[in-house]
Amino acid sequence: MVRSDSSTISYSIDALRGQDRDAFAELVEDTSGQIYHLLLRMLVNEQDAEDALQETYIKAFQALPNFEGRSSLKTWLYRIAANEALMVLRKRKPQPQTVEIDKDDEEIEEPREIVDWCCLPERELLDQETRSKLTAAAQKLSDNLKMVFLLRDVEGLSGEETAAVLGLSIDVVKTRLLRARLKLREELSAYFAEKMKNG
Amino acid sequence: MAEHVHNHENCKKYLSLLSDYIDGNLNEEMCEHLEEHMAGCDDCTIVVNTLKRTVDLYHTSTTEESQGLPEDVKSRLYKRLSLDDLKK
Repeated sequence: MVRSDSSTISYSIDALRGQDRDAFAELVEDTSGQIYHLLLRMLVNEQDAEDALQETYIKAFQALPNFEGRSSLKTWLYRIAANEALMVLRKRKPQPQTVEIDKDDEEIEEPREIVDWCCLPERELLDQETRSKLTAAAQKLSDNLKMVFLLRDVEGLSGEETAAVLGLSIDVVKTRLLRARLKLREELSAYFAEKMKNG
Repeated sequence: MAEHVHNHENCKKYLSLLSDYIDGNLNEEMCEHLEEHMAGCDDCTIVVNTLKRTVDLYHTSTTEESQGLPEDVKSRLYKRLSLDDLKK
């Protein structure tokens, strides 16, 4: 097995295609933490994330003989995990915070909260209360926007990788990312404005 | 807090460029146009700066979080995959 760095995994594809247990165990060891946290951020519920994690690797193992290597192994695993997460989300009854439908061709909503909170001290920007706010704001995003945002801005995938994982065009990924970021900015701006007002 | 009222189409026109701008992926020409606009538009400057800060905050807060797999979750995963004997 050859490994270049933590973000680019380069295993012996032949061993994996042959469903070699040692190679597969190495793959699970190296990637399962990242996949689990992605699923947890997408699904919030720990049990759902764990179930989806197990399903991801079961499906990955079954599909390994057909892995063509057209995408990286990481992108391929993310795609299986994202599909699992989407299936769980679809099975759930519509949640109030996720019923919002985002249409990609709709005009982008203009910013309304204009308050400069960049000057706030770092300790205030990253205190526990703010971290909770960050999580809550991300959970308010519709599933479509949240998926793109998490893959791009939290997992650090490129636009091309995100498009490959979600089966979307680059343009749709760009539009959804912008919408997600603007919505989060609105939420945080309102929150910080309140904080600044209260001193 | 002032409400951002767009009296002209310019601000709107630049809105679609903001993600590429903060990611450093905007071409030089469009970058110059946007920065020229921002120099005369305080509201857009605030939007751009707070947008960038928003992305930075998410990035910082999540990279500080543990990326490891909880031991009990790991045990159940390896068991489900029949890889118990290879668990480190």
